[in-house]
Amino acid sequence: MTAPFRIGLEKRLDPPPYVRWLVPILSILVALGFGAVVIGLAGADPIEAYLQILAGAFGSPAAWLDGEFYAVSETIVRTIPLILTGLAVAVAFRMRFWNIGAEGQLVVGGVFVAWVALFLPELLPGIPQTPWVYLPLMAVAAILGGALWALVPAVLKAALEVDEIITTIMLNFVAILTYQYLFTGPWKDPEGQGFPGSAPFPEFAWLPRIGGRVTLGLFLALAAAVVVWLVFDHTKLGYEIALTGENPEAARYAGVRRAGIILAVMLLSGGLAGLAGFTETAGISHRLQQGLAIGNGFTGIIVAWVAKLRPGWIVLVAFLLSALFVGGDQLQISMGLPASIGAFFQGMILLFVLGGDVFSRYRLRIARRAHVISAEG
Amino acid sequence: MLELRGIVKRFPGVLANDGIDFELLPGEIHTLLGENGAGKSTLMKIVYGLYRPDAGEILVDGTRVDIHRPTDAIELGIGMVHQHFMLVDTLTVAENVAMGLRSSRRPLTDLDVVAERIVELGERFGLPVDPHAVIWQLSVGQRQRVEILKALYRDARLLILDEPTAVLTPQEADQLFDTLRTMTEDGRGIIFISHKLREVLALSDRITVLRHGKVVGEVDDPTAVTREDLARMMVGRDVKLAPDKAPARPGPARLRVRGLRVHGDRGTEAVSGIDLEVRGGEIVGIAGVSGNGQRELAEAIAGLRRPVAGEILVGEVDVAGSSPAEIHAAGVRYISEARMREGAIPGFTVAENLLLVDHGDPRFRRGVLFDDRAIEEHGRRLVAEYRVKTPGLDTPVEHLSGGNIQKLIVARELSARPDVLIAAQPTRGVDIGAAEYIHARLVEERDRGTAVLVISEDLDEILALADRIAVIYEGRIVDVVDRAEADREVLGLMMAGGHPGSGGETAAAAGGAAR
Repeated sequence: MTAPFRIGLEKRLDPPPYVRWLVPILSILVALGFGAVVIGLAGADPIEAYLQILAGAFGSPAAWLDGEFYAVSETIVRTIPLILTGLAVAVAFRMRFWNIGAEGQLVVGGVFVAWVALFLPELLPGIPQTPWVYLPLMAVAAILGGALWALVPAVLKAALEVDEIITTIMLNFVAILTYQYLFTGPWKDPEGQGFPGSAPFPEFAWLPRIGGRVTLGLFLALAAAVVVWLVFDHTKLGYEIALTGENPEAARYAGVRRAGIILAVMLLSGGLAGLAGFTETAGISHRLQQGLAIGNGFTGIIVAWVAKLRPGWIVLVAFLLSALFVGGDQLQISMGLPASIGAFFQGMILLFVLGGDVFSRYRLRIARRAHVISAEG
Repeated sequence: MLELRGIVKRFPGVLANDGIDFELLPGEIHTLLGENGAGKSTLMKIVYGLYRPDAGEILVDGTRVDIHRPTDAIELGIGMVHQHFMLVDTLTVAENVAMGLRSSRRPLTDLDVVAERIVELGERFGLPVDPHAVIWQLSVGQRQRVEILKALYRDARLLILDEPTAVLTPQEADQLFDTLRTMTEDGRGIIFISHKLREVLALSDRITVLRHGKVVGEVDDPTAVTREDLARMMVGRDVKLAPDKAPARPGPARLRVRGLRVHGDRGTEAVSGIDLEVRGGEIVGIAGVSGNGQRELAEAIAGLRRPVAGEILVGEVDVAGSSPAEIHAAGVRYISEARMREGAIPGFTVAENLLLVDHGDPRFRRGVLFDDRAIEEHGRRLVAEYRVKTPGLDTPVEHLSGGNIQKLIVARELSARPDVLIAAQPTRGVDIGAAEYIHARLVEERDRGTAVLVISEDLDEILALADRIAVIYEGRIVDVVDRAEADREVLGLMMAGGHPGSGGETAAAAGGAAR
């Protein structure tokens, strides 16, 4: 009736250092292994599929020799907002403030950007209409929009202890529906011939491209990662954020004002998510239209968590996940597999990385089962 | 009845049990003595089926057994009373005892039968408790009785008690010892784990001393050894159980508490009008059983709990209700009893932990960024000065031993050169070597002119450190006694809320004079 072995978990008292990177890598490999099975069940050759994903995400050596970097540039395009939302989530999660609202904060950031680009030139024609003035203005507007949206759950939490998971999730819907109302209603392009979307931004409100569809947003995202790293590891604010997350009681003893930290964290977190709204509208769509709320805010949670909330890792993980997305799209074209295969892989990876985390804290122990000899004997 | 042969248990990097032999005879109280990390709990967890040994065998009544889980242990007649009770607060005593057992009237319950048997067992072993009382209504001592009854109800012939007296008054502890002796007369065997050397000597029939996972000594006749002998065996060198101390030379009062009232976590009054004075250059010890308002008193002084009424004067400034930062600025520092919850941040490094209170200090900053070199230097200096044993400044403190974490906290709080120091349970769960060191530092701090308030449930610690002793009971100070006139028996009575009996007059006089 019982197996001859029993498997148990035993706490690692002093985890060896290699566990920290070996476990996530193995987790991702196992996830890809499971993915292979699913691809196989869908009737395709898994190895062929993975090669296709690689080619779709990074291109092929032959293409590189021809100076053709379209694939990898598309991967970078998708990486930019993921870095920003990943950072946004990491800032909040660092203090254990569960901000699930990066999606909504991103959207509100995008709406503020659109307002500046669409209406400010008319409203204040005195402002020089050059990218040098307008792009910084739009970036600030994006930060402001995201931060304001994040302030609502922050204030509710700081003042009334309202659960932030609920408020941040629900505000996503408010943000997304409002933004859809704007570009299908009052801000709809009169010359759009029924196509839902705002008027295009004037060209001075476009983020310059640096290659393919990759814009200056890349540097913005990388700079944000550096700033967040500095804040985390080298400032009083970063210390207090981590302290409040790790040990609220000790933080109180250290004189940290919890409400202040909650507000600071959410302003920063919302601001970063808002910036992703800037890179997406001013850099890619050049108008407010469907496609701003495609889940970058939620994928940011995966990015932040898989990267263990470390800014450097967030950049790397964002790049790899976006490669899965872009490569997954390729599968649909070349092998007829559903495009959602990319999202499927992301789910698998998160699941395995989270689950695999157990093994960095515990080790598996397999023991031979023997019979208990009862005391009467 | 129980024999352990060559038990080995390895954890990565640690040999927790290194070939331990141990034996328990029927009718015997066998004490397992050792420092934290010596391997006592690991060994007992192996006996109770919570861990599996890597090598060695367990024999019960001469038969080799494999114990995989607690239910196996219970089946073999082994019971364990954990240091932290495993009771459901909202259920009755009978329900707690019956939990997990098969009812004789399945599928209906047989709680009345259980209750009857609880009363019967209680009478037989001197463990009176109302089977219909709900756990949260019971005192800590009564809850412990329920734990023991749970084991007895399951026919435990062998009982493991893990630091059972930590939560008891001296009188309650004596009562417990009577119960344990009744149980041994009945042929049961008891494994007793404690580090209170006095009671170990008083209770044990036999003592096995562990150090670094090995048996380093066996005492077959506890009357033939002293506390110092036991401490030497535990640590491996001579140990001072009480610090060398010159008479105190108290200066003016630095901390004056007047009419202080503080609420506890449940909103009921925990501190009910306390007056207390600590002068510079003296150590005042607060003696009392856990849960009589000590924590709330300390937290109110440290600014972590807002008092309902009363004054807390530091020098001439009333800091009652001030923020922790303001209280730090007034010169008060606090060593919390909740080491891992309030005192240290487990995931932070040694250097980051040393920064806790001073992390906003401009001397650790250059512009907006931290000055890493200044932080490192600060850490290095304190680690060296306070002899914190750590692999490095960037080691997370969760990897340090309890004693070293406590030394780190002491280093952090004393390095601020406070005027008033509150030290709550400063050496609880700390190894003897570290405790010895911390005691010496506290006395040194007193001699520097600091007003030191030591709160401890360990009467021996209070007697070793304090110049005056205040006994707390149900949120009130029963009396304040000069150390020279303090009597262990009388203090024990007062800790139970009793009025000072013989010798009470001198105690009261001393208390009056001190005020």
